[in-house]
Amino acid sequence: MFAPVTHILPLTTIERERTLPVAGDVIAKLNQKVNPTDVIAEATWAREHVLIDVARTLSISSNAADRLLRVKEGDKVSEGSEIAISKGIISRTIRAPRGGHVVAAGGGQVLMETGETTIELKAGLPGIVVKIIPYRGAVIRTVGALIQGTWGNGRIETGALTNLTEKPDDILDASRLDVSLRGTIILAGLLRDAEALRAAAELPVRGLILSGIPPALLPAAQQMRFPILALDSLGQTPMNSVAYKLLTSNAKREVTINAEAFNRHTGARPEVIIPLPVTQEPPPPIDVDMLEVGQIVRLRRAPHAGTIGTLANFSPGLVTFPSGLRALAAEIKLENGEQILVPLVNLEIVG
Amino acid sequence: MPVSLLQDNSLLAVNVGASSTRAVLFDVVEGQYRFIASGQARSTADAPFKDVSLGVNQAIAHLQTVTGKTLLDQDNQLITPVQSDGSGVDAFVATLSAGPILRAVVVGLLADVSLESARRLAETAYLQVVETFGLNDQRKSDEQIDAILRARPDIIVLAGGTDGGASRSVQKILETVGLACYLMPEEKRPPVLFAGNQSLTNSVRESLKNLTPSVRFSPNIRPSLDTEDLAPASHELAQIFADVRKRQIPGVDDLAAWTGGHLLPTAYAEGRIIRFLSQMSGTNRGILGVDLGTTAAVVAAGFNGKLTLGVYPQYGLGSNLPGLLHHTSLDDILRWLHLDIAPSVVRDYLYQISLCPGTIPVTKEDHAIGHAISRQALYLAMQEAKRNFPPEANKLRRDLLPLFEPILAGGGALSDAPTPGQSLLLLLDALQPVGITSIILDQNNLLPLLGVAAEQNQLLPVQVLESGAFMSLGTVVSVISSATHGTPVLRARLTYADGSDARAEVKFGGLEILPLGIGQTGRLTLQSMHRSDIGNGPGRNATLQVVGGVLGVVIDARGRPLILPEDPVRRRELFKKWLWSVGG
Repeated sequence: MFAPVTHILPLTTIERERTLPVAGDVIAKLNQKVNPTDVIAEATWAREHVLIDVARTLSISSNAADRLLRVKEGDKVSEGSEIAISKGIISRTIRAPRGGHVVAAGGGQVLMETGETTIELKAGLPGIVVKIIPYRGAVIRTVGALIQGTWGNGRIETGALTNLTEKPDDILDASRLDVSLRGTIILAGLLRDAEALRAAAELPVRGLILSGIPPALLPAAQQMRFPILALDSLGQTPMNSVAYKLLTSNAKREVTINAEAFNRHTGARPEVIIPLPVTQEPPPPIDVDMLEVGQIVRLRRAPHAGTIGTLANFSPGLVTFPSGLRALAAEIKLENGEQILVPLVNLEIVG
Repeated sequence: MPVSLLQDNSLLAVNVGASSTRAVLFDVVEGQYRFIASGQARSTADAPFKDVSLGVNQAIAHLQTVTGKTLLDQDNQLITPVQSDGSGVDAFVATLSAGPILRAVVVGLLADVSLESARRLAETAYLQVVETFGLNDQRKSDEQIDAILRARPDIIVLAGGTDGGASRSVQKILETVGLACYLMPEEKRPPVLFAGNQSLTNSVRESLKNLTPSVRFSPNIRPSLDTEDLAPASHELAQIFADVRKRQIPGVDDLAAWTGGHLLPTAYAEGRIIRFLSQMSGTNRGILGVDLGTTAAVVAAGFNGKLTLGVYPQYGLGSNLPGLLHHTSLDDILRWLHLDIAPSVVRDYLYQISLCPGTIPVTKEDHAIGHAISRQALYLAMQEAKRNFPPEANKLRRDLLPLFEPILAGGGALSDAPTPGQSLLLLLDALQPVGITSIILDQNNLLPLLGVAAEQNQLLPVQVLESGAFMSLGTVVSVISSATHGTPVLRARLTYADGSDARAEVKFGGLEILPLGIGQTGRLTLQSMHRSDIGNGPGRNATLQVVGGVLGVVIDARGRPLILPEDPVRRRELFKKWLWSVGG
């Protein structure tokens, strides 16, 4: 049976495609070394449009209005520029209400783009540009540890990792966020209140790696200007042991949080990347795998949501659970030695 | 690839859902079409697979294991028609609900005429209406253009003008839509469905042909001010949905090719079978089909051969779950719980399950939360659907559901319940039917597949529906009364075929069961007390022949609408009692 794979890997080759939402210019070059915050592509995007209906304003036909136009498609116009001037003893001038450029002119109308803004696409991870996607972006490759999470607030940042926990179920307390943590990425445990978020923002920190975040705090977390990543749940789950060990063993290293929002359709996931020096590139992670005996798995639902275990064996036939539901199941050996039955659909492979 | 479904042929039907893909085999047994078996696999439309083919092949492979029949060749291609060695099938159809909900911009003229009809049309598909505008919209044209651009639509539904009526206003709106499409990157331009004034068809085609990947036309959804006809436009919308999915999700194109054109959105296919049954029913009561799944809650109601279809992604039990709190309160979900569970746990559940739809509850608490959410989601879907039912539908009271016979229910939340009694109680709580109705559980989720097959082979769905592939939960008698709690409102006597009988005096607030097994028939005599109404008028008695089901005859005297006690302890006790009444 196929199962989803969550990557929690100490060393792997990571490739990520980074693209603009609209066509633009790719700044990065092939084989260029980039840092996470380097801009690799940019595009200009008009936030608003202005439609000037010359024909209606002058009460003339579309064709007649077209003959009066003083601008054409592609023209840059400033505020107050002449768009059209009517003929006659008393001529009337139609002027651009705002600056911008003309995207369409005809049919007695002029359509302008205004309020242009520049979108910058950051690399999002340190590495080498291995492919250019014309007008859109690039594919970047790096080698290091990869830890995927379940929720992110959409921001990207890089910084030194500071471990503020002593165990996987530690709670992030605002009083522990002192000035020595300014500019670092903090490995915290559970977030319980908005006070800790406010304290982190005041320092400010460069990022928070959490095990879980309560749904009630999601709006506040979305507003933070630094990345926040929840590894295990939108709730009160202790950090899974595999990720916890990997992150704590990499404390003080430079890490990148790409707290991209989880999207099950595209496969986008928030993740932590820790670049590591190697002499030979390790294999890339496997995205799809079959459940097999001996695999490390993570349980996705209560009563052991987020817990790591080893698939000991598959149960024959259907198993009836306390909920009354019957399903194909496997015996999972938890890290504390306990052996439990879990529906196969509630498992994800860690690898 | 076969495209015609001839009589006496085998048919393989596949449903690609958000969580699971199912392959179902129908074949002729002793001169009748029968449901033979089904195979199931995880759906692979989403990442990391991003190709439905893998899930489809695995579901068919599972079906092969179950039946021992070879359906795929060594290259995983469908074997068709049936070969001399018995391998293969004669026909193939498919339904699809997987993939992200499509974003729709809906445009019409008058808010309560064409715009309202266009909104109702959008409700017949897996769409989320992200922007609407009409003639009375106060925004300027350029603001409307920006609104369309911000909406990032996957589809634009354009309506307005009665046939031969308004044209200038439609032209103006058309211009706005055209300019917005012009400004979009070519690969992101949405298809457009025009379902307005038919005299503008050529003009619409000319205006938009170079600005969208496709412009489709349907007969006017408001041919006159007082007539609405959504059916042809809904069919076009189903085709657009399939086309968009072909572009969005690899493998859908191949699946469509296997079907030879018989690929439909699951909800549309479900609507089609309900309409088909309604056309055949010949009674003044409607036929109701409900489906509660990961993608959406679907309510399909047929009245005299006409269909009212509502697809509500906002009430789906998958990745949309946190959004449910935009439509209801946590308290309204908590009221359905029979266990004492903290509100914060229920809130966490909504968010956490949205990250892993398709998983199943292990603990009693988790299951109770899931069923409470399902009740509220289906209740809300039903309330929304009710608004669109035709005014002439046979109702006892304006605030209640029309009379339905039967009610067919499917979807993971209902078909996967641990006991039939739990499915029944969930349906009674969420739908709150009135009168006397039989409730049938589509435990194999066959209805949409029969719907897609029905167009080609009308015999197959009829014979499969009569074959026992569906689980009759029982006949439900819902009592309406204004009596006080505990007052006797109905005396019931069920006389079995052997002459013996079972009797019950049902008090207001109670839920009683008279056993009558599957396949058994009995004579049910109902004596109204205190002017209670069982669907034929206050104080009137009834005697009728009833057919058994898993639970028999269920008398629901809890009241319509169902009003639950405010006190949570008392409420939970009542739920436990009702659950016990239906077998736990």
